[in-house]
Amino acid sequence: MTKYSLLSLVRNAGRGHRDWREAWRSPEPKPSYDALIIGGGGHGLATAYYLASEHGLTNIAVLEKGWIGGGNTGRNTTIIRSNYLEDASSRLYDHAVDLWEGLSRELNFNVMFSQRGVMNLAHNEHDVRELRRRVHANQLNGVDAEWLWRDEVQAFCPVLNCDPAARYPILGATLQRRAGVARHDAVAWGYARGADRRGVDVVENCEVTGFIIRNGEVRGVETTRGEIRAPKIGVVTAGHSSVMATMAGLRLPIESHPLQALVSEPIKPILDTVVMSNAVHVYVSQSDKGELVIGAGADLYNSYAQRGSFPVIEETVRALVELFPFTSRLSMLRSWGGIVDICPDASPIISKTPVRGLYFNCGWGTGGFKATPGSGWVFAHTMARDEPHSLNAPFTIERFHSGALVAEHGAAAVAH
Amino acid sequence: MLLITCPWCGVREEHEFACGGEAHIVRPLDSHTLDDAEWADYVFMRRNPKGVQYERWVHNDGCRRWFNMARHTVSHEILAIYKVGEPKPEFEG
Ligand SMILES: Cc1cc2nc3c(=O)[nH]c(=O)nc-3n(C[C@H](O)[C@H](O)[C@H](O)COP(=O)(O)OP(=O)(O)OC[C@H]3O[C@@H](n4cnc5c(N)ncnc54)[C@H](O)[C@@H]3O)c2cc1C
Ligand SMILES: [Zn+2]
Repeated sequence: MTKYSLLSLVRNAGRGHRDWREAWRSPEPKPSYDALIIGGGGHGLATAYYLASEHGLTNIAVLEKGWIGGGNTGRNTTIIRSNYLEDASSRLYDHAVDLWEGLSRELNFNVMFSQRGVMNLAHNEHDVRELRRRVHANQLNGVDAEWLWRDEVQAFCPVLNCDPAARYPILGATLQRRAGVARHDAVAWGYARGADRRGVDVVENCEVTGFIIRNGEVRGVETTRGEIRAPKIGVVTAGHSSVMATMAGLRLPIESHPLQALVSEPIKPILDTVVMSNAVHVYVSQSDKGELVIGAGADLYNSYAQRGSFPVIEETVRALVELFPFTSRLSMLRSWGGIVDICPDASPIISKTPVRGLYFNCGWGTGGFKATPGSGWVFAHTMARDEPHSLNAPFTIERFHSGALVAEHGAAAVAH
Repeated sequence: MLLITCPWCGVREEHEFACGGEAHIVRPLDSHTLDDAEWADYVFMRRNPKGVQYERWVHNDGCRRWFNMARHTVSHEILAIYKVGEPKPEFEG
Protein backbone atom coordinates (compact mmCIF):
# COMPACT_ATOMS: atom_id res chain seq x y z
CA MET A 1 0.00 0.00 0.00
CA THR A 2 1.52 3.34 -1.03
CA LYS A 3 1.90 5.92 1.68
CA TYR A 4 0.40 9.16 0.42
CA SER A 5 2.95 11.96 0.54
CA LEU A 6 4.25 14.83 -1.49
CA LEU A 7 6.82 12.42 -2.91
CA SER A 8 4.20 9.86 -4.02
CA LEU A 9 2.17 12.67 -5.55
CA VAL A 10 5.12 13.97 -7.55
CA ARG A 11 6.16 10.47 -8.62
CA ASN A 12 2.65 9.61 -9.81
CA ALA A 13 2.19 12.95 -11.50
CA GLY A 14 5.37 12.17 -13.46
CA ARG A 15 3.71 8.98 -14.72
CA GLY A 16 0.51 10.78 -15.68
CA HIS A 17 -1.37 9.44 -12.65
CA ARG A 18 -1.76 6.05 -14.33
CA ASP A 19 -0.18 3.96 -11.59
CA TRP A 20 -2.18 4.84 -8.49
CA ARG A 21 -3.14 1.61 -6.75
CA GLU A 22 -6.63 0.94 -5.41
CA ALA A 23 -7.00 2.36 -1.90
CA TRP A 24 -8.40 -0.91 -0.53
CA ARG A 25 -8.79 -4.45 -1.91
CA SER A 26 -12.11 -6.01 -2.88
CA PRO A 27 -11.65 -9.45 -1.31
CA GLU A 28 -14.01 -12.43 -1.45
CA PRO A 29 -15.40 -13.00 2.03
CA LYS A 30 -13.76 -15.91 3.90
CA PRO A 31 -15.97 -18.58 5.55
CA SER A 32 -14.98 -17.39 9.03
CA TYR A 33 -13.35 -14.53 10.89
CA ASP A 34 -12.53 -13.59 14.49
CA ALA A 35 -15.02 -10.73 14.30
CA LEU A 36 -17.47 -9.17 11.85
CA ILE A 37 -18.75 -5.64 11.50
CA ILE A 38 -22.07 -5.26 9.72
CA GLY A 39 -22.39 -1.91 7.97
CA GLY A 40 -19.66 -0.11 6.05
CA GLY A 41 -20.51 3.43 7.07
CA GLY A 42 -18.02 5.63 8.87
CA HIS A 43 -18.86 4.12 12.26
CA GLY A 44 -18.47 0.51 11.11
CA LEU A 45 -15.23 1.19 9.24
CA ALA A 46 -13.82 3.16 12.18
CA THR A 47 -14.70 0.24 14.47
CA ALA A 48 -12.82 -2.16 12.21
CA TYR A 49 -9.87 0.20 12.01
CA TYR A 50 -9.56 0.52 15.80
CA LEU A 51 -10.15 -3.21 16.36
CA ALA A 52 -7.10 -3.77 14.17
CA SER A 53 -4.94 -0.85 15.26
CA GLU A 54 -5.74 -0.70 19.00
CA HIS A 55 -6.72 -4.26 19.84
CA GLY A 56 -4.70 -6.37 17.39
CA LEU A 57 -7.78 -8.03 15.87
CA THR A 58 -6.91 -8.21 12.19
CA ASN A 59 -8.69 -11.37 11.01
CA ILE A 60 -11.95 -9.45 10.72
CA ALA A 61 -14.28 -8.20 8.00
CA VAL A 62 -16.68 -5.35 7.37
CA LEU A 63 -19.80 -6.47 5.49
CA GLU A 64 -21.56 -3.71 3.56
CA LYS A 65 -24.71 -4.35 1.54
CA GLY A 66 -24.02 -1.56 -0.94
CA TRP A 67 -20.90 0.52 -1.30
CA ILE A 68 -19.01 1.90 1.69
CA GLY A 69 -20.13 5.33 2.82
CA GLY A 70 -23.32 5.10 0.74
CA GLY A 71 -25.57 5.37 3.79
CA ASN A 72 -25.83 8.35 6.10
CA THR A 73 -22.08 8.79 6.09
CA GLY A 74 -22.21 9.99 2.48
CA ARG A 75 -25.49 11.86 2.88
CA ASN A 76 -24.92 14.07 5.90
CA THR A 77 -24.10 17.75 6.24
CA THR A 78 -20.86 16.92 8.10
CA ILE A 79 -21.22 19.22 11.08
CA ILE A 80 -18.82 18.28 13.88
CA ARG A 81 -19.19 19.72 17.39
CA SER A 82 -19.33 18.52 20.98
CA ASN A 83 -21.46 21.11 22.79
CA TYR A 84 -23.92 18.62 24.26
CA LEU A 85 -25.65 19.22 27.58
CA GLU A 86 -25.12 16.12 29.73
CA ASP A 87 -21.79 15.10 31.23
CA ALA A 88 -21.85 11.67 29.57
CA SER A 89 -22.49 13.12 26.12
CA SER A 90 -20.00 15.93 26.35
CA ARG A 91 -17.30 13.40 27.25
CA LEU A 92 -18.28 11.10 24.38
CA TYR A 93 -18.49 13.79 21.71
CA ASP A 94 -15.50 15.79 22.93
CA HIS A 95 -13.33 12.66 22.80
CA ALA A 96 -14.42 12.32 19.18
CA VAL A 97 -13.33 15.91 18.45
CA ASP A 98 -9.93 15.08 20.00
CA LEU A 99 -9.63 12.20 17.53
CA TRP A 100 -10.79 14.36 14.60
CA GLU A 101 -7.94 16.76 15.27
CA GLY A 102 -5.34 14.09 14.56
CA LEU A 103 -7.30 12.00 12.07
CA SER A 104 -5.81 13.02 8.72
CA ARG A 105 -2.34 12.28 10.05
CA GLU A 106 -3.40 9.05 11.77
CA LEU A 107 -5.02 7.73 8.58
CA ASN A 108 -2.56 9.26 6.12
CA PHE A 109 -5.67 10.45 4.33
CA ASN A 110 -6.93 14.02 4.19
CA VAL A 111 -10.36 14.10 5.81
CA MET A 112 -10.39 17.88 5.36
CA PHE A 113 -11.36 18.57 8.96
CA SER A 114 -11.96 22.30 9.05
CA GLN A 115 -12.43 23.91 12.47
CA ARG A 116 -14.34 26.93 11.26
CA GLY A 117 -16.65 27.18 14.29
CA VAL A 118 -20.31 26.33 14.70
CA MET A 119 -22.96 28.80 15.86
CA ASN A 120 -26.36 27.81 17.27
CA LEU A 121 -28.82 30.69 16.98
CA ALA A 122 -31.27 31.87 19.63
CA HIS A 123 -34.45 33.45 18.25
CA ASN A 124 -36.41 34.11 21.44
CA GLU A 125 -35.99 34.45 25.21
CA HIS A 126 -36.46 30.76 25.76
CA ASP A 127 -33.75 29.87 23.23
CA VAL A 128 -31.44 32.35 24.95
CA ARG A 129 -31.97 30.76 28.35
CA GLU A 130 -31.69 27.23 27.00
CA LEU A 131 -28.55 27.89 24.95
CA ARG A 132 -26.80 29.89 27.66
CA ARG A 133 -27.49 27.06 30.09
CA ARG A 134 -25.80 24.74 27.59
CA VAL A 135 -22.80 27.09 27.27
CA HIS A 136 -22.43 27.05 31.06
CA ALA A 137 -22.71 23.26 31.21
CA ASN A 138 -20.15 22.95 28.42
CA GLN A 139 -17.72 25.27 30.18
CA LEU A 140 -18.04 23.27 33.40
CA ASN A 141 -17.24 20.13 31.40
CA GLY A 142 -14.23 21.69 29.70
CA VAL A 143 -15.97 21.79 26.31
CA ASP A 144 -15.15 24.96 24.43
CA ALA A 145 -18.23 27.20 24.27
CA GLU A 146 -18.93 30.90 24.09
CA TRP A 147 -22.04 33.03 24.13
CA LEU A 148 -22.40 35.83 21.57
CA TRP A 149 -25.01 38.58 21.75
CA ARG A 150 -26.58 39.88 18.58
CA ASP A 151 -23.92 42.44 17.65
CA GLU A 152 -21.20 39.87 18.16
CA VAL A 153 -23.12 37.39 15.99
CA GLN A 154 -23.40 40.01 13.26
CA ALA A 155 -19.67 40.72 13.45
CA PHE A 156 -18.78 37.03 13.37
CA CYS A 157 -21.09 36.25 10.45
CA PRO A 158 -21.93 39.41 8.49
CA VAL A 159 -24.23 37.72 5.95
CA LEU A 160 -26.73 36.72 8.65
CA ASN A 161 -29.89 38.79 8.83
CA CYS A 162 -29.61 40.21 12.37
CA ASP A 163 -32.20 42.93 11.84
CA PRO A 164 -34.34 43.06 15.02
CA ALA A 165 -37.43 43.28 12.81
CA ALA A 166 -36.57 40.06 10.97
CA ARG A 167 -39.10 37.28 10.94
CA TYR A 168 -36.72 35.11 12.97
CA PRO A 169 -34.89 37.74 15.04
CA ILE A 170 -31.47 36.68 16.28
CA LEU A 171 -30.97 37.52 19.94
CA GLY A 172 -27.68 35.73 20.30
CA ALA A 173 -25.87 32.49 19.56
CA THR A 174 -23.56 29.91 21.04
CA LEU A 175 -20.20 29.51 19.37
CA GLN A 176 -17.92 26.49 19.55
CA ARG A 177 -14.73 27.51 17.78
CA ARG A 178 -13.24 24.03 17.84
CA ALA A 179 -16.22 22.71 15.89
CA GLY A 180 -16.49 22.57 12.10
CA VAL A 181 -16.95 20.24 9.17
CA ALA A 182 -15.06 17.43 7.40
CA ARG A 183 -15.21 15.63 4.07
CA HIS A 184 -17.69 12.78 4.64
CA ASP A 185 -16.55 10.41 1.87
CA ALA A 186 -12.92 10.82 2.86
CA VAL A 187 -13.77 9.62 6.36
CA ALA A 188 -15.21 6.35 5.03
CA TRP A 189 -12.41 5.93 2.49
CA GLY A 190 -9.64 6.82 4.95
CA TYR A 191 -10.84 4.34 7.56
CA ALA A 192 -11.41 1.64 4.92
CA ARG A 193 -7.91 2.10 3.56
CA GLY A 194 -6.40 2.15 7.05
CA ALA A 195 -8.29 -0.99 8.07
CA ASP A 196 -7.47 -2.78 4.79
CA ARG A 197 -3.82 -1.98 5.26
CA ARG A 198 -3.92 -3.79 8.61
CA GLY A 199 -5.47 -6.89 7.05
CA VAL A 200 -9.19 -6.18 7.48
CA ASP A 201 -11.41 -7.42 4.62
CA VAL A 202 -13.78 -4.67 3.49
CA VAL A 203 -16.50 -6.59 1.63
CA GLU A 204 -18.95 -4.51 -0.39
CA ASN A 205 -22.17 -5.78 -2.02
CA CYS A 206 -22.67 -8.25 0.80
CA GLU A 207 -25.99 -7.93 2.59
CA VAL A 208 -26.56 -9.67 5.91
CA THR A 209 -29.90 -11.48 5.80
CA GLY A 210 -29.89 -13.37 9.10
CA PHE A 211 -27.98 -14.32 12.23
CA ILE A 212 -26.86 -17.74 13.31
CA ILE A 213 -27.54 -17.87 17.05
CA ARG A 214 -27.15 -21.00 19.21
CA ASN A 215 -27.79 -21.19 22.97
CA GLY A 216 -27.93 -17.43 23.27
CA GLU A 217 -24.59 -17.01 21.50
CA VAL A 218 -23.99 -15.54 18.10
CA ARG A 219 -22.07 -17.83 15.73
CA GLY A 220 -22.22 -16.02 12.42
CA VAL A 221 -24.39 -14.48 9.75
CA GLU A 222 -26.16 -15.44 6.57
CA THR A 223 -25.43 -13.10 3.70
CA THR A 224 -26.15 -12.72 0.02
CA ARG A 225 -22.63 -14.09 -0.48
CA GLY A 226 -23.02 -17.12 1.77
CA GLU A 227 -22.68 -17.97 5.41
CA ILE A 228 -19.88 -16.29 7.36
CA ARG A 229 -18.94 -17.45 10.86
CA ALA A 230 -17.57 -15.32 13.68
CA PRO A 231 -17.82 -15.38 17.48
CA LYS A 232 -18.14 -11.57 17.74
CA ILE A 233 -20.40 -9.45 15.59
CA GLY A 234 -20.91 -5.71 15.75
CA VAL A 235 -23.99 -4.24 14.07
CA VAL A 236 -23.53 -0.66 12.85
CA THR A 237 -26.35 -0.21 10.36
CA ALA A 238 -27.87 3.17 11.37
CA GLY A 239 -31.40 3.41 9.90
CA HIS A 240 -31.58 -0.37 9.47
CA SER A 241 -30.79 -1.20 13.10
CA SER A 242 -34.35 -2.28 13.94
CA VAL A 243 -34.35 -4.59 10.91
CA MET A 244 -31.14 -6.21 12.15
CA ALA A 245 -32.43 -6.41 15.73
CA THR A 246 -35.59 -8.16 14.55
CA MET A 247 -33.43 -10.73 12.72
CA ALA A 248 -31.65 -11.41 16.02
CA GLY A 249 -34.90 -11.60 18.01
CA LEU A 250 -34.23 -8.33 19.85
CA ARG A 251 -36.25 -5.14 20.18
CA LEU A 252 -34.84 -1.62 20.08
CA PRO A 253 -36.34 1.74 21.09
CA ILE A 254 -35.41 3.13 17.68
CA GLU A 255 -37.53 4.65 14.93
CA SER A 256 -36.25 5.26 11.41
CA HIS A 257 -37.03 8.59 9.79
CA PRO A 258 -35.84 10.34 6.64
CA LEU A 259 -33.59 13.33 7.18
CA GLN A 260 -33.06 15.58 4.18
CA ALA A 261 -30.38 17.91 2.92
CA LEU A 262 -29.79 19.98 -0.19
CA VAL A 263 -26.99 21.88 -1.90
CA SER A 264 -27.03 25.08 -3.89
CA GLU A 265 -25.12 25.98 -7.02
CA PRO A 266 -21.52 26.94 -6.20
CA ILE A 267 -20.89 30.58 -5.34
CA LYS A 268 -17.89 32.60 -4.25
CA PRO A 269 -16.80 32.23 -0.61
CA ILE A 270 -19.38 33.97 1.54
CA LEU A 271 -19.82 31.84 4.65
CA ASP A 272 -16.73 30.86 6.61
CA THR A 273 -18.48 29.23 9.57
CA VAL A 274 -21.38 26.88 10.24
CA VAL A 275 -24.74 28.36 11.24
CA MET A 276 -27.44 26.25 12.84
CA SER A 277 -30.89 27.10 14.01
CA ASN A 278 -32.79 24.41 15.86
CA ALA A 279 -35.89 26.53 16.19
CA VAL A 280 -36.45 27.11 12.48
CA HIS A 281 -34.77 23.89 11.28
CA VAL A 282 -31.98 24.97 9.04
CA TYR A 283 -28.25 24.57 9.22
CA VAL A 284 -25.80 25.84 6.66
CA SER A 285 -22.15 25.72 5.72
CA GLN A 286 -20.28 26.38 2.50
CA SER A 287 -18.30 23.56 0.91
CA ASP A 288 -14.86 23.99 -0.59
CA LYS A 289 -16.49 23.80 -4.01
CA GLY A 290 -18.61 26.80 -3.07
CA GLU A 291 -21.97 25.10 -2.69
CA LEU A 292 -24.08 25.95 0.31
CA VAL A 293 -24.77 22.71 2.15
CA ILE A 294 -28.17 22.97 3.81
CA GLY A 295 -29.66 20.56 6.30
CA ALA A 296 -33.40 20.22 6.81
CA GLY A 297 -35.57 18.80 9.55
CA ALA A 298 -36.55 15.16 9.96
CA ASP A 299 -39.74 13.89 8.36
CA LEU A 300 -42.65 13.14 10.66
CA TYR A 301 -43.21 9.51 9.89
CA ASN A 302 -41.19 6.29 9.87
CA SER A 303 -39.63 5.48 6.54
CA TYR A 304 -36.91 3.43 4.88
CA ALA A 305 -37.27 5.16 1.52
CA GLN A 306 -34.15 7.40 1.55
CA ARG A 307 -36.24 10.29 0.34
CA GLY A 308 -38.21 12.81 2.29
CA SER A 309 -41.32 14.82 1.66
CA PHE A 310 -41.44 18.22 0.05
CA PRO A 311 -43.05 20.25 2.86
CA VAL A 312 -39.92 19.69 4.95
CA ILE A 313 -37.68 21.12 2.24
CA GLU A 314 -40.05 24.02 1.76
CA GLU A 315 -39.94 24.90 5.44
CA THR A 316 -36.15 24.73 5.48
CA VAL A 317 -35.72 26.91 2.43
CA ARG A 318 -38.16 29.43 3.86
CA ALA A 319 -36.06 29.69 7.01
CA LEU A 320 -32.87 29.88 4.93
CA VAL A 321 -34.10 32.87 2.95
CA GLU A 322 -35.15 34.66 6.13
CA LEU A 323 -31.80 34.12 7.81
CA PHE A 324 -29.67 34.69 4.71
CA PRO A 325 -31.60 37.02 2.38
CA PHE A 326 -28.89 36.75 -0.30
CA THR A 327 -29.93 33.13 -0.92
CA SER A 328 -33.33 34.09 -2.34
CA ARG A 329 -32.03 33.94 -5.91
CA LEU A 330 -29.83 30.91 -5.47
CA SER A 331 -30.66 27.74 -7.40
CA MET A 332 -30.60 24.46 -5.55
CA LEU A 333 -28.75 21.69 -7.36
CA ARG A 334 -30.01 18.60 -5.62
CA SER A 335 -31.68 17.29 -2.49
CA TRP A 336 -31.63 13.85 -0.92
CA GLY A 337 -32.55 11.97 2.21
CA GLY A 338 -30.92 9.48 4.54
CA ILE A 339 -32.64 7.15 6.99
CA VAL A 340 -31.69 8.09 10.52
CA ASP A 341 -32.11 5.92 13.62
CA ILE A 342 -33.75 8.06 16.27
CA CYS A 343 -33.66 7.06 19.95
CA PRO A 344 -36.22 8.37 22.46
CA ASP A 345 -33.54 10.29 24.39
CA ALA A 346 -31.66 11.47 21.27
CA SER A 347 -28.54 9.63 22.43
CA PRO A 348 -26.84 6.60 20.88
CA ILE A 349 -26.81 2.97 21.98
CA ILE A 350 -23.28 1.51 22.04
CA SER A 351 -23.89 -1.70 23.83
CA LYS A 352 -23.69 -5.41 24.45
CA THR A 353 -26.96 -7.25 23.94
CA PRO A 354 -28.68 -10.23 25.57
CA VAL A 355 -27.15 -12.37 22.76
CA ARG A 356 -23.57 -13.19 23.71
CA GLY A 357 -21.03 -11.91 21.18
CA LEU A 358 -23.56 -9.62 19.51
CA TYR A 359 -23.08 -5.87 19.90
CA PHE A 360 -25.09 -2.90 18.61
CA ASN A 361 -23.90 0.61 17.82
CA CYS A 362 -26.88 2.66 16.71
CA GLY A 363 -29.35 5.38 17.61
CA TRP A 364 -27.05 8.19 16.44
CA GLY A 365 -30.04 9.59 14.64
CA THR A 366 -29.63 12.99 13.08
CA GLY A 367 -26.19 13.66 14.51
CA GLY A 368 -23.70 10.81 14.46
CA PHE A 369 -21.21 11.93 11.82
CA LYS A 370 -19.44 14.16 14.36
CA ALA A 371 -18.88 11.12 16.55
CA THR A 372 -17.51 8.80 13.85
CA PRO A 373 -13.94 8.38 15.18
CA GLY A 374 -15.02 8.27 18.83
CA SER A 375 -17.88 5.88 18.15
CA GLY A 376 -15.58 3.44 16.36
CA TRP A 377 -12.99 3.78 19.08
CA VAL A 378 -15.32 2.97 22.01
CA PHE A 379 -17.19 0.28 20.06
CA ALA A 380 -13.93 -1.47 19.18
CA HIS A 381 -13.07 -1.42 22.87
CA THR A 382 -16.50 -2.80 23.78
CA MET A 383 -16.22 -5.64 21.25
CA ALA A 384 -12.59 -6.52 21.97
CA ARG A 385 -12.95 -6.55 25.79
CA ASP A 386 -16.59 -7.60 25.92
CA GLU A 387 -17.26 -4.63 28.17
CA PRO A 388 -17.88 -0.95 27.47
CA HIS A 389 -15.22 1.71 27.84
CA SER A 390 -16.06 4.24 30.58
CA LEU A 391 -16.92 6.73 27.79
CA ASN A 392 -19.76 4.58 26.45
CA ALA A 393 -20.81 2.82 29.66
CA PRO A 394 -23.81 5.18 30.10
CA PHE A 395 -25.02 4.36 26.56
CA THR A 396 -26.29 0.79 27.04
CA ILE A 397 -29.64 -0.63 25.98
CA GLU A 398 -30.35 -1.24 29.69
CA ARG A 399 -30.66 2.50 30.31
CA PHE A 400 -34.19 2.15 28.95
CA HIS A 401 -34.91 -0.38 31.71
CA SER A 402 -33.34 1.60 34.53
CA GLY A 403 -34.56 4.98 33.33
CA ALA A 404 -31.06 6.49 33.31
CA LEU A 405 -31.67 8.18 29.97
CA VAL A 406 -29.21 10.69 28.50
CA ALA A 407 -31.69 13.30 27.31
CA GLU A 408 -30.14 15.39 24.55
CA HIS A 409 -33.13 16.69 22.61
CA GLY A 410 -32.01 20.27 23.13
CA ALA A 411 -28.50 19.67 21.88
CA ALA A 412 -29.28 17.06 19.24
CA ALA A 413 -32.95 17.50 18.39
CA VAL A 414 -33.54 17.70 14.71
CA ALA A 415 -30.64 19.95 14.07
CA HIS A 416 -27.12 18.93 14.99
CA MET B 1 -46.09 14.61 -0.20
CA LEU B 2 -48.73 12.25 1.14
CA LEU B 3 -52.39 12.84 0.42
CA ILE B 4 -54.24 11.61 3.48
CA THR B 5 -57.94 10.93 3.67
CA CYS B 6 -59.08 12.02 7.11
CA PRO B 7 -62.06 9.84 8.05
CA TRP B 8 -63.96 13.01 8.97
CA CYS B 9 -62.67 15.73 6.62
CA GLY B 10 -61.71 13.89 3.46
CA VAL B 11 -58.53 14.24 1.39
CA ARG B 12 -55.97 16.69 2.77
CA GLU B 13 -52.24 17.29 2.35
CA GLU B 14 -49.72 15.74 4.70
CA HIS B 15 -48.64 18.96 6.39
CA GLU B 16 -52.07 19.32 8.04
CA PHE B 17 -51.35 16.14 10.01
CA ALA B 18 -48.98 14.87 12.66
CA CYS B 19 -47.91 11.27 13.03
CA GLY B 20 -48.22 9.77 16.50
CA GLY B 21 -46.12 6.67 15.88
CA GLU B 22 -46.88 2.97 16.22
CA ALA B 23 -50.53 2.07 16.84
CA HIS B 24 -52.06 -0.83 18.78
CA ILE B 25 -49.62 -0.66 21.69
CA VAL B 26 -51.73 -1.84 24.58
CA ARG B 27 -50.95 -0.71 28.09
CA PRO B 28 -50.40 -3.85 30.22
CA LEU B 29 -53.31 -4.43 32.58
CA ASP B 30 -51.26 -6.22 35.22
CA SER B 31 -48.82 -3.34 35.45
CA HIS B 32 -47.92 -3.99 39.11
CA THR B 33 -46.40 -7.36 38.14
CA LEU B 34 -44.12 -6.02 35.39
CA ASP B 35 -40.38 -5.81 35.91
CA ASP B 36 -38.28 -2.94 34.53
CA ALA B 37 -37.46 -4.70 31.28
CA GLU B 38 -41.13 -5.43 30.60
CA TRP B 39 -42.02 -1.81 31.31
CA ALA B 40 -39.25 -0.65 29.01
CA ASP B 41 -40.68 -2.86 26.30
CA TYR B 42 -44.05 -1.20 26.62
CA VAL B 43 -42.78 2.35 26.98
CA PHE B 44 -39.81 2.46 24.60
CA MET B 45 -39.39 -0.55 22.32
CA ARG B 46 -40.91 -0.27 18.86
CA ARG B 47 -41.37 -2.54 15.85
CA ASN B 48 -40.12 0.06 13.37
CA PRO B 49 -40.75 -2.33 10.47
CA LYS B 50 -39.34 -2.08 6.97
CA GLY B 51 -42.70 -2.89 5.41
CA VAL B 52 -46.23 -2.35 6.66
CA GLN B 53 -46.44 -0.07 9.66
CA TYR B 54 -49.65 0.48 11.65
CA GLU B 55 -49.57 3.98 13.07
CA ARG B 56 -51.61 6.75 14.64
CA TRP B 57 -52.17 10.10 12.97
CA VAL B 58 -53.91 13.26 14.10
CA HIS B 59 -55.49 15.87 11.86
CA ASN B 60 -53.82 18.76 13.66
CA ASP B 61 -54.80 21.60 11.37
CA GLY B 62 -58.28 20.24 10.74
CA CYS B 63 -60.71 18.38 12.97
CA ARG B 64 -57.92 17.53 15.47
CA ARG B 65 -59.14 13.94 15.69
CA TRP B 66 -56.99 10.82 15.84
CA PHE B 67 -57.21 7.83 13.49
CA ASN B 68 -55.12 4.85 12.43
CA MET B 69 -53.30 4.18 9.20
CA ALA B 70 -51.58 1.17 7.64
CA ARG B 71 -48.73 2.46 5.49
CA HIS B 72 -45.76 0.86 3.74
CA THR B 73 -42.51 2.37 5.01
CA VAL B 74 -40.61 1.91 1.75
CA SER B 75 -43.19 2.86 -0.89
CA HIS B 76 -45.11 5.16 1.51
CA GLU B 77 -48.29 3.70 0.01
CA ILE B 78 -51.27 4.18 2.32
CA LEU B 79 -52.94 0.78 2.48
CA ALA B 80 -55.79 1.61 4.84
CA ILE B 81 -57.14 4.35 7.06
CA TYR B 82 -59.45 3.28 9.88
CA LYS B 83 -60.92 4.74 13.01
CA VAL B 84 -59.50 4.13 16.47
CA GLY B 85 -61.23 1.06 17.90
CA GLU B 86 -61.89 -0.50 14.50
CA PRO B 87 -60.12 -3.83 13.91
CA LYS B 88 -56.62 -3.71 12.50
CA PRO B 89 -56.61 -4.73 8.82
CA GLU B 90 -54.03 -7.42 8.02
CA PHE B 91 -51.50 -6.87 5.25
CA GLU B 92 -48.54 -8.97 4.16
CA GLY B 93 -45.04 -7.60 4.72
C1 LIG C 1 -29.29 14.54 5.65
C2 LIG C 1 -28.48 14.17 6.85
C3 LIG C 1 -27.72 15.14 7.48
C4 LIG C 1 -26.95 14.82 8.58
N1 LIG C 1 -26.14 15.79 9.10
C5 LIG C 1 -25.30 15.49 10.12
C6 LIG C 1 -24.40 16.48 10.61
O1 LIG C 1 -24.33 17.61 10.11
N2 LIG C 1 -23.59 16.16 11.64
C7 LIG C 1 -23.64 14.92 12.23
O2 LIG C 1 -22.91 14.68 13.17
N3 LIG C 1 -24.48 13.94 11.76
C8 LIG C 1 -25.30 14.20 10.73
N4 LIG C 1 -26.16 13.24 10.24
C9 LIG C 1 -26.20 11.92 10.89
C10 LIG C 1 -25.03 11.06 10.42
O3 LIG C 1 -25.00 11.03 9.02
C11 LIG C 1 -25.15 9.62 10.94
O4 LIG C 1 -25.45 9.59 12.33
C12 LIG C 1 -23.86 8.86 10.74
O5 LIG C 1 -23.31 9.11 9.47
C13 LIG C 1 -24.12 7.38 10.90
O6 LIG C 1 -22.99 6.67 10.47
P1 LIG C 1 -23.05 5.11 10.37
O7 LIG C 1 -21.74 4.64 9.88
O8 LIG C 1 -23.54 4.57 11.66
O9 LIG C 1 -24.24 4.85 9.33
P2 LIG C 1 -24.28 4.71 7.74
O10 LIG C 1 -23.28 5.56 7.08
O11 LIG C 1 -25.71 4.86 7.35
O12 LIG C 1 -23.81 3.22 7.55
C14 LIG C 1 -24.64 2.11 7.80
C15 LIG C 1 -24.36 1.11 6.71
O13 LIG C 1 -24.98 -0.13 7.01
C16 LIG C 1 -25.31 -0.73 5.78
N5 LIG C 1 -26.28 -1.79 6.01
C17 LIG C 1 -27.58 -1.66 6.40
N6 LIG C 1 -28.17 -2.88 6.46
C18 LIG C 1 -27.22 -3.80 6.12
C19 LIG C 1 -27.21 -5.22 6.00
N7 LIG C 1 -28.31 -5.95 6.24
N8 LIG C 1 -26.07 -5.84 5.62
C20 LIG C 1 -24.94 -5.11 5.36
N9 LIG C 1 -24.90 -3.76 5.45
C21 LIG C 1 -26.02 -3.12 5.83
C22 LIG C 1 -25.84 0.43 4.96
O14 LIG C 1 -25.82 0.15 3.57
C23 LIG C 1 -24.91 1.56 5.35
O15 LIG C 1 -23.84 1.75 4.45
C24 LIG C 1 -26.96 13.51 9.12
C25 LIG C 1 -27.72 12.53 8.50
C26 LIG C 1 -28.47 12.84 7.36
C27 LIG C 1 -29.26 11.76 6.69
ZN1 LIG D 1 -60.00 15.76 9.94
